[in-house]
Amino acid sequence: MSADAGSPEVTQEKAKELLLPPKPKGESNWQIFSKGIILENPVLILMLGLCPVLATSTTAFDATGMSAAVLFVLLMSNIVVSLFRKIIPNQVRIPVFIVIIATFVTIADYTMQAYQPDLYRVLGIFVPLIVVNCIVLGRAEGFAYKHGVWKSTLDALGKSIGFFLAIVIMGSIREIMGKGTWFGMPITPKWFRSNAVLFFTLSPGAFLVIGLLKAGINKIFKREG
Amino acid sequence: MSQGLLAILFGAIFVNNIVLMRFLGLCPFFGVSTRLSTGIGMSGAVLFVMTFATWITWGVYRLVLAPGSVILDAIGVLPQGLVFLRTVSFILVIASLVQLVEMFLKKFVPVLYSALGIYLPLITTNCAILGVTFIVIDNNFSFLAGTIFAIGTALGFGLVMILFAALRERLELAPISKSFRGYPIAFIAASLVAIAFFGFANMFGISP
Repeated sequence: MSADAGSPEVTQEKAKELLLPPKPKGESNWQIFSKGIILENPVLILMLGLCPVLATSTTAFDATGMSAAVLFVLLMSNIVVSLFRKIIPNQVRIPVFIVIIATFVTIADYTMQAYQPDLYRVLGIFVPLIVVNCIVLGRAEGFAYKHGVWKSTLDALGKSIGFFLAIVIMGSIREIMGKGTWFGMPITPKWFRSNAVLFFTLSPGAFLVIGLLKAGINKIFKREG
Repeated sequence: MSQGLLAILFGAIFVNNIVLMRFLGLCPFFGVSTRLSTGIGMSGAVLFVMTFATWITWGVYRLVLAPGSVILDAIGVLPQGLVFLRTVSFILVIASLVQLVEMFLKKFVPVLYSALGIYLPLITTNCAILGVTFIVIDNNFSFLAGTIFAIGTALGFGLVMILFAALRERLELAPISKSFRGYPIAFIAASLVAIAFFGFANMFGISP
């Protein structure tokens, strides 16, 4: 009996817990922002959007230009998609996302062509190809369509910074090894610059550098694959 | 076939290989090349869609978007053309084309559909397709040259895909250190294949 006497209170408490489950813990704004930078880095952890990372990381400056274009498109498309998320019908959401993204890609394309023609010539078709970048469409579908404007902005900023870090690390390694400069500044001794390892500026170098980077990250985070 | 078209064909297959030299279509390349059979299926779907997409986007660009195109001329508006709509219209054309091809194959060629069906939806977001249509427009290719370029590019994609799938099937069995398993070793293998493809540089007088 004594054991039973205490039990109703316990069961009541338990029932309360069962009936009123704690509100699902949404992620804090800081978590949404910071997740994309390292833990869910779109390039080095999730392996999305590899084409521009390999193609436009010949120098650190080109890499910065590419990530600026991605930042603009990702930020604006996330904001617009989350603003209109209640109006966009579920069945046609993907075509709508594509049109929104393509609009901002065209703006980025023409702006870069007008103000940075040299950079534009190097990046070539990879600026218009942001429209099929998995990161941008993936964030519109996976995040902005379900969250408010402020959270989508933070998410876009975090993911863009993650993209920026990955592509600039790649670009820095390839530029320092392949040309002996960093953002165009000569930072290595002259004997190295005159015999720089051209291999790193060519396509096999890009594959090698990202392979070694990914292996290093797997080692640090104790991941596989 | 004239010398120029031959150079376009072999240049697209070997010298400027779409995956190893132009870095386009890497997602399906690393995602699907784990088995030989899926690699072949994906290459077939790419060949199919790439050729159709090039035809249709070429037509859309020349007939509607380009400055002084037939339709704009007939209406007599916009002498500077609608070139700024290129990105939007091409991606929409490709997305609807893939849907159309999927429905057509399902209804009329079920054998081909069962072989390529699951790869078709993946192709909409394949940057190789959109990239090739942009290259065709940027280089001002004629209809024939564009077709040959698209077929050559798809053949180059298939060649590397099949080579690489065979490599990766063997890599699965190799004793590789834990942190190199999966993507890292695939990248390093791709690097080695790319070095081999540099042997084709300056073939037909085309530099990579």
